Amino acid sequence: MERTALIKSISQAAYRIRRYALRMGEVQGQGYVGQALGLADMLAVAYTHALNYQPQDPEWEGRDRFLLSHGHFAIAHYAALIEAGIIPQDELETYGSDDSRLPMSGMASYTPGMEMSGGSLGQGLVIAVGMALGLRLKKNPAFVYNSMSDGELDEGSTWEAAMSAAHHGLANLICLVDINNQQADGNSNKILGFEPIADKWQAFGWHVQRVNGNDIEAVLNAFDIARKLPDAKPRVIILDTLMGTGVPFLETRDKNHFIRVDAAEWQQALAILDASQTTGAAQ
Amino acid sequence: MSTATKKPRLTTSAMIASIAGEGQRTKAAPFGHALAKLAETRPEIVGMTADLSKYTDLHIFAQAHPDRFFQMGMAEQLLMGAAGGMAKEGFTPFATTYATFASRRAFDFVHQVICEEHLNVKIVCGLPGLTTGYGPSHQATEDVAMFRGIPGLTIVDPCDALDIEQAVPAIAEHKGPVYMRLLRGNVPLVLDEYDYKFELGKAKLLRDGKDVLFISTGLMTMRALETAKALAADQIDVAVLHVPTIKPLDVATILREAGRSGRLVVVAENHTVIGGLGEAVATLLLSNGVTPSFRQMALPDEFLAAGALPTLHDRYGISSAVMATRIKGWLD
Repeated sequence: MERTALIKSISQAAYRIRRYALRMGEVQGQGYVGQALGLADMLAVAYTHALNYQPQDPEWEGRDRFLLSHGHFAIAHYAALIEAGIIPQDELETYGSDDSRLPMSGMASYTPGMEMSGGSLGQGLVIAVGMALGLRLKKNPAFVYNSMSDGELDEGSTWEAAMSAAHHGLANLICLVDINNQQADGNSNKILGFEPIADKWQAFGWHVQRVNGNDIEAVLNAFDIARKLPDAKPRVIILDTLMGTGVPFLETRDKNHFIRVDAAEWQQALAILDASQTTGAAQ
Repeated sequence: MSTATKKPRLTTSAMIASIAGEGQRTKAAPFGHALAKLAETRPEIVGMTADLSKYTDLHIFAQAHPDRFFQMGMAEQLLMGAAGGMAKEGFTPFATTYATFASRRAFDFVHQVICEEHLNVKIVCGLPGLTTGYGPSHQATEDVAMFRGIPGLTIVDPCDALDIEQAVPAIAEHKGPVYMRLLRGNVPLVLDEYDYKFELGKAKLLRDGKDVLFISTGLMTMRALETAKALAADQIDVAVLHVPTIKPLDVATILREAGRSGRLVVVAENHTVIGGLGEAVATLLLSNGVTPSFRQMALPDEFLAAGALPTLHDRYGISSAVMATRIKGWLD
């Protein structure tokens, strides 16, 4: 596909992912929609361009593995899995309900396409190291992607894994770090300073890219570079994102780990999103 | 002081020390050899360690199967998480470290990564209970208490080299997570004198007796057997029921043996009195209306001292000499 058309197609997928996430938020009256809106562009690139998978067979041996380490971002991941055709769209009505396959925090045993039980933060990357070693031992060329939050940079296990991935030369491991600079007690860089974060990963022996995570073209290029790089080292893409992206009144709302959305605002948010898509202003 | 009266000076027992008594028959590195042999026909078995291959006998496997050995560095959270990742890819990882580090340092990774998904990881750990004189940093006195609380995690505490050798293929065959306490180096060989075979989930009566029933696990089964032999000289007839699988318990066998009337029931374990086999058996018996005279022989609810193992085993009541004396006291 020609690049401009590809970007437009991914942009439309990102819009749908945002829409699915908002609708799940509306069902539950709450949810980590700010994070979902911020991460939608990366997920759109991943699930409509980068990842190799078969929607009808989520456990297909040849699939690229996508780990959601930050389990509370599940609402975003479910939206992407709907876009990918792995979860039926009408199932979003069950989000967070009793006996749903879509619990508020992502768990592998509940949801097709969910590769790990996240939520206890700092566990995705250590699992990814084991999967990447296992894939290499099996001579399976699939990639392991680990999606994680900036808050998880606080966890020591993240750096145990970072050291190990470089030591073992895991070229089949791509880590995606979402920097929305927001964690439970406030701005991530005020809770435990993580900058200069690109230098840190580089010093640990990783190939590092840092991009605007809400610029689809930049994210797309970063994924392509990470996948095609010949170097025998793990790759990290650091994505600076804005929580609430695509819905201006959420983008500018007092930032908080759990963005407050009033009952009447869900429909307003959806209307704004739809209008921006129609006018082409969403991206 | 004359040399004739001078006692040998007992020094701190090293982590690599064997727990075998002087003159005791032993077998070298039974875990490492058993795993290396099993892996010859099981290509899905991999070995992983957190800088303790030599101290868990995994180096034997590493030498035999270098392509399937993974050194994860001194990073136990990574070890457990990566072992989970390996299991997700269809392998059967045997992950080794010391019991303190697997339990106290990496607990959440065992709980969430491995057990919540019931992954096929075998966690095999050295220095269980009081098997080093290095003090609480290395003495895993509460590992069983911690791990018993995790749903679906099978817990095994073998007695000797034979038990370990036979447990390795059994736990590899089992689908799901297993925690096994490990004796390493020159490991005592005891159970070959009995009509015994390790079966996962089964308790085995090693000897019968009418006065006392030991319900024991791990190296305390060896001590219970020694104690039983010693007490025979005093016409005290001691039975020993070996319970190598602490979870799930062999409920039927324990209830049957403890339900035979007239015997003092003594649960013996190389673990704190809190949360181990003793409390598990007590709960089982009470819940089923079986109420024999009941005692625990286990480590006290304390941070234990550093020093020489023989000294410490006497001090904390898990040497056969002290055990025999206590039994006689209870029977008086």
